[in-house]
Amino acid sequence: MTVATILEMVLGAVVLGLGAWTIAARETFAATVGYVAYGLLVPLIWVRLDAVDVALTEAAIGGGLGGVLLLGAAARLRASEPAAAAETPGKIVRLGAAGASVMVAAALSAAVLLLPDPAPTLAPAAIANASATGLANPVTNVLMAFRAMDTMLEKVVLLLAIVGVWSLASDQAWGGRPGPRHQADPHGVFAFLARLLPPVGIVVGIYMFWTGADHPGGAFQGGSMLAAMWLLVIMAGLTDTPPASGRWLRLVLIAGPGVFLAVGLGGVCFGLAFLAYPPTNAKPLILGIEVAMVLTIAVTLGLLVAGAPERSPQR
Amino acid sequence: MSYPATVLDAVTTTRGFLLVLSIIVPVAGVLLAFVVGGRHIERLAFATILFGLAIAAAILVALQQSDGPLVYLLGAWAPPLGVALRADGLSAVMMMVAAVVISAVGVFAGADFRPAAAESRAPFAFWILLLGIWAALNIVFLGGDLFTLYVALELVTFAAVPLVSLDGRAETLQAALRYLLFALTGSVLYLLGTTLFYGLYGTLDIVLLSHRVRAQPATLVAAALMTTGLLAKTALFPLYLWLPPAHAGAPAAASAILSGLVVKGSFFILVRLWFQVMPGLPGFAATQLLAALGGAAIVFGSVVALRQERLKLVIAYSTLAQIGYLFLMFPLALSASGQLESGGALAGGLLQAVSHATAKAAMFLAAGSIYAVLGQDRIAGLGGVWRALPIAVLAFALGGVALMGIQPSGAYLAKELLLQAAAEKGQWWWAVVLQAGGIFTAAYVLLVLAHVLAPAKAPIASDRPALRIQETAALALALCSLLLGLLPWEAYLPIAQGIPSYRLGPEAVSKTLSKVLLPILGGTVVATLLGRWGPPPAHITSWKPPLAVVDPIRRIGLALGDLIERSDGFLRQWPVAGVTLLVLVLLFGGCNADGLVMRMQARPASGRHQLFA
Repeated sequence: MTVATILEMVLGAVVLGLGAWTIAARETFAATVGYVAYGLLVPLIWVRLDAVDVALTEAAIGGGLGGVLLLGAAARLRASEPAAAAETPGKIVRLGAAGASVMVAAALSAAVLLLPDPAPTLAPAAIANASATGLANPVTNVLMAFRAMDTMLEKVVLLLAIVGVWSLASDQAWGGRPGPRHQADPHGVFAFLARLLPPVGIVVGIYMFWTGADHPGGAFQGGSMLAAMWLLVIMAGLTDTPPASGRWLRLVLIAGPGVFLAVGLGGVCFGLAFLAYPPTNAKPLILGIEVAMVLTIAVTLGLLVAGAPERSPQR
Repeated sequence: MSYPATVLDAVTTTRGFLLVLSIIVPVAGVLLAFVVGGRHIERLAFATILFGLAIAAAILVALQQSDGPLVYLLGAWAPPLGVALRADGLSAVMMMVAAVVISAVGVFAGADFRPAAAESRAPFAFWILLLGIWAALNIVFLGGDLFTLYVALELVTFAAVPLVSLDGRAETLQAALRYLLFALTGSVLYLLGTTLFYGLYGTLDIVLLSHRVRAQPATLVAAALMTTGLLAKTALFPLYLWLPPAHAGAPAAASAILSGLVVKGSFFILVRLWFQVMPGLPGFAATQLLAALGGAAIVFGSVVALRQERLKLVIAYSTLAQIGYLFLMFPLALSASGQLESGGALAGGLLQAVSHATAKAAMFLAAGSIYAVLGQDRIAGLGGVWRALPIAVLAFALGGVALMGIQPSGAYLAKELLLQAAAEKGQWWWAVVLQAGGIFTAAYVLLVLAHVLAPAKAPIASDRPALRIQETAALALALCSLLLGLLPWEAYLPIAQGIPSYRLGPEAVSKTLSKVLLPILGGTVVATLLGRWGPPPAHITSWKPPLAVVDPIRRIGLALGDLIERSDGFLRQWPVAGVTLLVLVLLFGGCNADGLVMRMQARPASGRHQLFA
């Protein structure tokens, strides 16, 4: 047994343990902490499976932004915790739920174990067709060329999520600044970090997006990195969220799907097909879409964490 | 036109670009509306709706002239690497219905969600979400790939959930959260199954999968997970905990969209999954289970509907019952060799979906008009409302008549097709359920109409006058549903023998009369026995003898109703609904496995790699 195998087994056991802890923990806060730790370790498993793209996304969303959201929600829920605890279902229901869950999990595991080996895959086809775009990262090719429609529509999902979150605002606060105004000691550690980290984080975020053309990385990973930096500065009170009514903000929020749609229609105009790129210009076109998407993703994720407009734009 | 699309179609057909347009026009509408916002958002939405309506009509025409489904390969990449959009008859019909319902709801909502001088919250969100739902539904109807359909499901959910809480009150937020969490659970189950399908067959394209799917254990698990996930989103009994509260506080226009269209999206994907991806897989037990849930939904939803105090909740529980109706087609479409056939039963089920979409949207809009004028919608307080809102009451009544399955409504045609299939397959018990469904529908419609047409107890104190345009939008939809049976469906739906014709003659008249009388008379009896009625007016003494006869039977009916109403409260608890969800996954897996074992025994030699396509 090699050291790597032992490490993998320990990692697997810890992840499973954290999963069990998240379910078993009675306090929302404890469960959330368990879940965030889980979200930070699962990417390591993805790395071991050579799915670095997935690992980066999982770390950014599952561990990072998801963690911030959940911790914020747990803090808000603390007051209602006793009331929620009183609603805990009885032992029979819990046993029934556990039994049904175990059986579904067993069926699922059996199905995964019964999958054909070697697995039928489109990976060779994706690699063989990479020349059409000039990008070497097959994952980016799948996202931006072969299944471009799905990627574009996912950006529309993000926009609808923003509309949904904003629709929770009160009528008076409509168009105002999302979330509370954060205060932090301007000479404290948090404010210090919020000044120190973003220059590095922004460069890393842009690099993650740029390198996504040929190596693991891409618009979503880079965008979530940028969002994290933006949120850090906001939470340290160094800047404020932009008012939801701002024309520029709205343009940035639709830039990703908008540019995607425009380039897609361009493919039709040049006699190819919707969402087809002319082979000679494929790489610059795709990078152009990704630049717009990085901006959109960064601002969207930041605003989703910030929440509904709460304060009138003047204040 | 060949049917269904099971041939490999690796080329874009002429006029295939219409399919792309039908998706990107509403998407572009969403993006533009988000930037423009403010006062122009409504006009922008109307322009998009008109354009989209024209595209849906053009697809109907193009499909009729084409000798196969319309296909568009996105990015010119052929499946399995790329994604195809395909429009067959089912897609074209559903797209047209979505376009019609959205147009009517748009006209209705024009009065409710008119932006003031400055941008305001509710209109901004409503118009964007409306266009978002439309785009998502068109992808549901056209998507040729299980993952694209997943993205479409997510779009539907994220656009539909905020509609529930547009009002902003605490209880509507709670209802929206309930809907969001349950719908996302459904999404996760669907996605799990999709992943397994890719792991098994290396493609998610529906046509390619239909050739590759074999009855393997992992396929059964995938099918069970996806089916249950889609049922949770469709709110089939007993997975409906989100549906009644979502409708209780949603604006009328939002309810019409939710009930008329949104639940049809996940239903449509389920039809694609069962009839096209794996027609040979489900087998007898699974189809019977699905229809049994449908039958339970009809009885349960109708009885609870009869006991509601608010008009809107009557319609909401009626939706629960009508969703059940949609699932009766599955066992009736199963051929002797264990294949789900795209024939009359499928056509009947789809027609039922179409009829329900139009009729239910009309009824919700009519109820919305009534609520807007009265400021409340308690059924006991609806007396005399027909004087103030004659068109809305007419729309409600016609929508109800259309749903009951009375000629020439679409629901009538659907019922005929399903009854015919039940007779052919010798499954008489579903014929009973079909007839009972019509009777139950008649019962709650008649119950409401009896209250509406009763004299007013007090003069109606109106908050605002009735808006004729809103009432007319409701009436137009109701008329649509009522006249659906006259349209040439053979061109789009797999109806083999042609539509039962309306020949005149003494025999035909008596037959028609019995078909009309059965639901109405049966409905009257059911409504009398199970409905909520106030005490009879004291001055009418002549009612007393017949009431004395009915009373004991009515007491039994009421006790039964009490029991069902209490189990309604039980089933709508989170822990119960969660456990039910898991149990259904296991049940569908078990049913499928049962079919698998039977097939293995039938053909032991070639059982392992048997191809069902």
